[in-house]
Amino acid sequence: MNAYIAYKVSTRTTLPMFKNRTFSVWRRFSDFLGLYEKLSVKHSLNGCIIPPPPEKSIVGMTKVKVGKEDSSSADFVETRRAALERYLQRVVCHPSLLQDPDVREFLERDELPRAVGTHTLSGAGFLKMINRASDAVSKMTVKISDSDAWFDNKLQEVESEELQLRKLHAVVESLVNHRKELCGNTAVFAKSMAMLGNSEDNTALSRALSQLAEVEDKMETLHQEQAASDFFILAELLADYIRLLGAVRGCFEQRMKTWQRWQEAQSTLQKKREVEAKLLWANKPDKLQQAKEEITEWEGKVTQYERDFDRISVTVRKEFLRFEKEKSKDFKSQIVKYLESLLQSQQRLVKFWEAFLPEAKAIG
Amino acid sequence: NTGNEWGTEEPLKEEVTGLAVNVDLQTDATLQVDISDALSERDKVKFTVHTKSTLPNFKQNEFSVVRQHEEFIWLHDSFVENEEYAGYIIPPAPPRPDFDASREKLQKLGEGEGSMTKEEFTKMKQELEAEYLAIFKKTVAMHEVFLCRVAAHPVLRKDMNFHVFLEYNQDLSVRGKNKREKMEDFFKNVVKSADGVLVAGVKDVDDFFEHEKTFLLEYHNRVKDASSKSDRMIRSHKSAADDINRIASTLYTLGTQDSTDVCKFFLKVSELFEKTRKIEARVAADEDLKLADLLKYYLRESQAAKDLLYRRGRALVDYENANKALDKARAKNKDVLQAETSQQVCCQKFEKISESAKQELIDFKTRRVAAFRKNLVELAELELKHAKGNLQLLQSCVGVLKGDT
Repeated sequence: MNAYIAYKVSTRTTLPMFKNRTFSVWRRFSDFLGLYEKLSVKHSLNGCIIPPPPEKSIVGMTKVKVGKEDSSSADFVETRRAALERYLQRVVCHPSLLQDPDVREFLERDELPRAVGTHTLSGAGFLKMINRASDAVSKMTVKISDSDAWFDNKLQEVESEELQLRKLHAVVESLVNHRKELCGNTAVFAKSMAMLGNSEDNTALSRALSQLAEVEDKMETLHQEQAASDFFILAELLADYIRLLGAVRGCFEQRMKTWQRWQEAQSTLQKKREVEAKLLWANKPDKLQQAKEEITEWEGKVTQYERDFDRISVTVRKEFLRFEKEKSKDFKSQIVKYLESLLQSQQRLVKFWEAFLPEAKAIG
Repeated sequence: NTGNEWGTEEPLKEEVTGLAVNVDLQTDATLQVDISDALSERDKVKFTVHTKSTLPNFKQNEFSVVRQHEEFIWLHDSFVENEEYAGYIIPPAPPRPDFDASREKLQKLGEGEGSMTKEEFTKMKQELEAEYLAIFKKTVAMHEVFLCRVAAHPVLRKDMNFHVFLEYNQDLSVRGKNKREKMEDFFKNVVKSADGVLVAGVKDVDDFFEHEKTFLLEYHNRVKDASSKSDRMIRSHKSAADDINRIASTLYTLGTQDSTDVCKFFLKVSELFEKTRKIEARVAADEDLKLADLLKYYLRESQAAKDLLYRRGRALVDYENANKALDKARAKNKDVLQAETSQQVCCQKFEKISESAKQELIDFKTRRVAAFRKNLVELAELELKHAKGNLQLLQSCVGVLKGDT
């Protein structure tokens, strides 16, 4: 029997395209990946920024499947649940993606056909697949319009921002680890203080030391909650945006591929025209006819590809501006939320020490 | 004024008296000792020991000498080895100045200079310099506390070696003990601890000392445990503060990439984190001073008290053995006078030690309670101050950020 975790996806909506106003479905992780694949296939060629799903984690998942009952596997499930929730939120916030029937089906349909092939392909893996094709993307040698400078600048900004976010993420992870360490060390210290209080033969001092041990115990809980905030609010925000910036880069590269295709078509057309010119000289009427047909065909393609390029440029620009707005909103709201959690910690700290101070003064 | 190998001049006095681990010190005009200055050189620290005294023993009323750590140890050891002082708690020797960790960090920083921005490097260098200075101040305070304890003790303050230490303005030439001496010390300690176990096993007739023995054995172990655990906790705290520092730097870099809304936001948050992490670092430093150092000091003091009990225990064993020898001599009617004299000497020694030991142990308790009270009150007040400071910073920043959006 293959055990898996199912996540409950609940929707509340007033949109007419849905059958009901509130409804829930059960989905497994591969379903989310499957949704991403379908959306990528359909929309990434248009220059859409498709929100990437969370990464597969073999280690975390195996632990849970084996049924290891410890806090780390509970943490893992919660981390994944929260990440999947954010992923879906981003998908449904996207005006074009929301209209996609696959999204509707994902949210509404009771039984979803098993997504095939996702056990080999994680979200990141799929991204890599798209990106690999763009490895050979060439840079624009001639700027067609001023807007290309805009795209160049934005791509550079994205790359530099991604670098900084990766750095920041690494430091936040370090903070999470040190806080967890502090949490453990505080608990151990609290116990040692309690023991010391027990052996102290001056009654008032003994009492105060026990109270101090209790304060340190409370601090342990505080540190634990703070580490959770550090992780769930800050670290995960950064991880999401590192993935998203990767998707944005993919989007820009998609535009470049379209440009490349247009350029290649133009050079093919040029070659066809040269062939035609040669044939005119050589006087081969039937071959000439074929050459003329090919020219017409490629003229059509050039026009088509130019239109494609213009269209994708418009979309990418629009998508990018929308992304920037979302990012700004997201960062502001999440960081404020994080600061508020820090604030609450300090408020509780004040209470702990205010309660302890009279105990300390009572010694002697 | 103090100089150190980094060439920065820093005023020393301000925080030295912050570490008044021992509070019940009778500072009277007859003898006042302090460390007025200190200089940190490559591998040694030079302390300027300053004395003010109205005692006739000294040539002048006020004078200073320069001493190094080894000379403090010589003085401490001379007390321990002096039979006359067997009945007193010998003030524990100050720990050796240890800048190794700090130096190592600075070296690592120098090696990694190329991999960080100029701002980051300058910031980290300032941090390490502050850390070095804190360690320096602490070692000065520890050496000062030792001298003050001696000066406050009614008997030890009269010690000849102590006066030489304070007044003789040449090098005392207490060269580091050579290898043979070190080996002898090692064996002495081994024997002592074996004896310690033996003596501790004998139940004392005197309730007071029986209670003290039980109490001190347990207390000493628990203080040791609490001390090492507090160190570990404070280290984690410092690491977390360091991380917040790096977060502030990276946010600053992000904030300076552009002048958009979100960039301005990053700059404000970076500024906030800069301030809060300074407070967090202060919290860790204060916990170190008021809690960790307190525990470390009482670890050493409780050991000194145990040593006193051991010496009394030894004297008791000697006394009991002398009694047995006397009984035997009387039974055989051989060398009775010799045995009587020996027994009397042992008896006097034991009683003398017991009498002063009782007072010493009572004083120890009084000092301990007072020191804990002072430091715990100060700890709580500082923690409150810092938490409130942090709170205010966060509240005003969140207010501004929410107002902007």
